[in-house]
Amino acid sequence: MSEPLLELEDVEARYGPVKALHGVSLSVAEGEIVAVLGANGAGKTTTLRAVSGTVGRSGKIAFAGRSISRRSPESVTRLGIAHVPEGRGTLSALSVRDNLRLGAYVRRDRKAVREDEQRVLAYFPWLDDRRDQQAGTLSGGEQQMLALARALMLRPRLVLLDEPSLGLAPMVVAEMFRIVGELNEREGLTVLVVEQNATLALGASARAYVLEVGRVALSGTSAELRRDESVRRSYLGY
Amino acid sequence: MLLAFDWSQLAQQTVIGLSSGGTWALLALAIVLIYRSTGVVNFAQGEMAMLSTFVAWSLIHHGLSYWAAFFVTVAISFGGGVGLERAVIRPVERAPVLTVVIVTIGLVFVMDGIARWGWSSETRSLPNAFSARPIEIAGVAFSIQDLGNIAVSLGIVALLWLLFRFTKLGLALRASAVNPQESRLLGIRVSWMLALGWGLAAAMGAISGMLTAPALASFDQNLMQPVLLYALAGAVLGGLESPLGAVVGSLLLGVFINLIGTYVDWIGTDLRLPVALAVILGVLLVRPTGLFGGTPVRRV
Repeated sequence: MSEPLLELEDVEARYGPVKALHGVSLSVAEGEIVAVLGANGAGKTTTLRAVSGTVGRSGKIAFAGRSISRRSPESVTRLGIAHVPEGRGTLSALSVRDNLRLGAYVRRDRKAVREDEQRVLAYFPWLDDRRDQQAGTLSGGEQQMLALARALMLRPRLVLLDEPSLGLAPMVVAEMFRIVGELNEREGLTVLVVEQNATLALGASARAYVLEVGRVALSGTSAELRRDESVRRSYLGY
Repeated sequence: MLLAFDWSQLAQQTVIGLSSGGTWALLALAIVLIYRSTGVVNFAQGEMAMLSTFVAWSLIHHGLSYWAAFFVTVAISFGGGVGLERAVIRPVERAPVLTVVIVTIGLVFVMDGIARWGWSSETRSLPNAFSARPIEIAGVAFSIQDLGNIAVSLGIVALLWLLFRFTKLGLALRASAVNPQESRLLGIRVSWMLALGWGLAAAMGAISGMLTAPALASFDQNLMQPVLLYALAGAVLGGLESPLGAVVGSLLLGVFINLIGTYVDWIGTDLRLPVALAVILGVLLVRPTGLFGGTPVRRV
């Protein structure tokens, strides 16, 4: 495998005095969908936060060959990492359109941004009809789609997707993962996705890591993990 | 004995009310701007405006025309507001609201101290921004000064609205005020947006002060204390969360207080401040969100 796009080595993170990650190592190659699985409190969300800089972290975090472990969330975003956080990060008081515009806030190439808006809206056609609606009034599923659309407006090199299925109807979740898969196939979108729903995540990803209390307990291709006895018992439930 | 009602007096007094209401609206808008982004009423807003007005006075004293001094002061105040936020507010950015409130109260005394240290306590005056001649419209004489004040106030409000509504910077300012965490993830430098908000607020306060002072025969370091109270009343009336409310509330209040002072003998000019206080109290008791404030629609 060539040089990974994102590489974490022995990353620790803490919320005040509480350590949440005890040395996590993982990597994501360009064009790959990688899933992070694990029980509640295993450190999945914290892993994404360590990358985007929204939690205090130490250890080696490299993106496209440069260290980002000391960067602020703002400057991590400027490198092309779009973090769709837990709770979707909707700017609830603003319109759908303004949410999308702010997705491209750090970009200077106005013309390309306008083109991207059309390209992105093609994946989420109904968003176009609701461009003037206040984002906070969308349903949970619509907000999740908006969050993904907004992340795409960055023209990101990497998308961090945190629990996209949380609180959503199964059909909406399936649609969501279908779109992510399509973006990956067509445009080579690189995604690091955290998910409780292991069946879905293993179905959509090429490789996966299983976290247990802040450490990587298992890793491998998603196909391997699906066959793994312990993964099946703990996370897939059959 | 019943006299014929004097309509031209009503029109004149309404315009005078709008004129002072307009200057309060600028300060009210400054208060709302900071309240929306930090959740704190900046009690130093009045004293900051007073200090700006003293800067303007010095510039004019050194030979600048009123309007040259006006723009230079706005620029200085903007820079001062940004600097103040960086130096004094940023260290307590994550502190509880009460801490920030206490810092702004401390700033009241700092600003006042600077103004007394830098400028003598003798009274001074600012030249009129507009011609002192009256102008006759439909048979009623209005002062150009008042009409000019209204035009400048509303013009500034319109500029600010354009900034917030139609520019990317304005969009980022709005986003960081309501969703700071989420905005950071989009690459918005939220901390700087806060500083920028302070700069804008300081600039608006400066304009409010520079419009207030010429109407007075003389002013001293207490110039903006009543204006701050009126502006707070206007902002509370309109809803502390609503910029539009701050403007409408202040204009309504300006007209209301001026008319009540004109037509109710025992209120006159002496009881205007208590009336403003009564408005604050009344609104907080009856409708705490003000005329335009409401809970935002949100689906959980």
